[in-house]
Amino acid sequence: MAEKVIECRELTKQFGDFIAVNKISFDVMKGEIFGFLGANGAGKTTAMRILCGLSYPSSGTAAVAGFDVYKQQESIKRNIGYMSQKFSLYENLTVTENIEFFGGVYGLPMQEIRRRSNDLIRTLGLTAEAKKLVGALPLGWKQKLAFSVAIFHRPRIVFLDEPTGGVDPVTRRQFWDMIYEAAASGITIFVTTHYMDEAEYCNRVTVMVDGKVEALDTPARLKQQYQADNMDEVFYRLARGAKRSAD
Amino acid sequence: MSAVILDHITKTYENGKVTAVDDVSLEVSPGELFGLIGPDGAGKTSVFRILTTLLLPEKGTASVLGFDCVKNYREIRNRVGYMPGRFSLYQDLTVAENLHFFATLFGTTIEENYTLIKDIYEQIKPFSNRRAGKLSGGMKQKLALCCALIHKPEVLFLDEPTTGVDVVSRKEFWAMLQQLKQQGITIMVSTPYMDEAVLCERIALIQAGRIMSVDTPEKIIDTFPAQLFAVKAADIYRLLTDLRNDPATESCYTFGEYLHITFRGHPDTNPQQLQEWLEQRGHRNVAVKQIRATIEDSFIRLMNEA
Repeated sequence: MAEKVIECRELTKQFGDFIAVNKISFDVMKGEIFGFLGANGAGKTTAMRILCGLSYPSSGTAAVAGFDVYKQQESIKRNIGYMSQKFSLYENLTVTENIEFFGGVYGLPMQEIRRRSNDLIRTLGLTAEAKKLVGALPLGWKQKLAFSVAIFHRPRIVFLDEPTGGVDPVTRRQFWDMIYEAAASGITIFVTTHYMDEAEYCNRVTVMVDGKVEALDTPARLKQQYQADNMDEVFYRLARGAKRSAD
Repeated sequence: MSAVILDHITKTYENGKVTAVDDVSLEVSPGELFGLIGPDGAGKTSVFRILTTLLLPEKGTASVLGFDCVKNYREIRNRVGYMPGRFSLYQDLTVAENLHFFATLFGTTIEENYTLIKDIYEQIKPFSNRRAGKLSGGMKQKLALCCALIHKPEVLFLDEPTTGVDVVSRKEFWAMLQQLKQQGITIMVSTPYMDEAVLCERIALIQAGRIMSVDTPEKIIDTFPAQLFAVKAADIYRLLTDLRNDPATESCYTFGEYLHITFRGHPDTNPQQLQEWLEQRGHRNVAVKQIRATIEDSFIRLMNEA
């Protein structure tokens, strides 16, 4: 049996009368690419914030990288990586400075940071840009760098919140090559996206509707179950009946 | 006469160091639903801002409804509706107040043009006393569309109206656009989602400030110059690596559960041969079919040729 990196049981978050996340349960295995889909307002962000140690659940249990979401938030934060379309890097720091900053935040020794940083800049083909401000890089490069920085401290799991929004089709695919590579090295990937072709690249996919996990399976089995040709149709069938909508 | 004309338009930023729009020419016919398709940073927003008279181009000329975008900006502003990419409404005003404000700004009333927005506005009417800042993404999008329509514009500019919006709301939004088109409004819309391209009558594919192609989605797809195959196997990642490392492969990209692949100098590859060849290499559950390109295939190809 593969090792469980996330274990989530009846996890619930309530704001007053509003149940944002309603008794969700699932496990994510080591090295798995786990797609976390849902309509706007389905509760994805709230659930992700709990799993990242940024918010307490109202009830239920969850462990991330073996740490409890109620009692060990700081240990969770040290063992995960996070990147989103909106926030990832400091635009007015250079490529090298960003890498050193995030390496430092995660407590890596400076010598180690320098060594890994040089390797990373070479692998990404950013040698000529190392001293440039991140704000001056094209979006695609920024996103690839942001992902590399998010896994720089070799976390057990990385949370990616719409990492490829607005990125051109070639870079979007190169980004997924990096995701596959990271997963093959044993890093667990927890990813949200609005591109339904990307849902096909996941090992398993959940679809959240109105705070609940409405479906959870491999893309192939979901398509079979909903008699759909692609994940776009699966998603549409599940989410079309949603009552909630929000950002 | 074309509703929108861009004639060799160039726009740079930071004293010419960054070229946002690079010698762009295109025309949009009256009543047309025209799509500007490209990723972030392609220059879509700069094009919209030039056409809505909010930005001056360095070179070239642009006109909307026959009015020059520089000299006749007042005429243009009265006749077009513009929904910018970012939420543009007043967060502290309610839904009804926002709509009233925009109507007043254009010297009209909500009642005068209500038929035009009725179908869209009825959906958010139950929330008419809610502040715009407290609306959900889908509802904000509907209100912004109502505000851009309330003065009955002849041309509607929509800059990435569906970005970050889920699949269900995106489908609804495109249905609304089709209805507006029926009323004779010329619509120019931008999107980073390639699958939305086929919902437009004509499209321009834009990347790094340059137009790569302008035509109907059908014709752009028809000009895809190579045989295209969709291939899948049990271990898709190994399949991708094998195919990419093969010298006969010209291009190989992931498309959902399939890989889309073209070959160099093999004018008559047939799916059967390809399947056998892959099985010989130890791939299991191989499926191969020859397919028609999608807009995304065309976009990638044009990007790589540029």
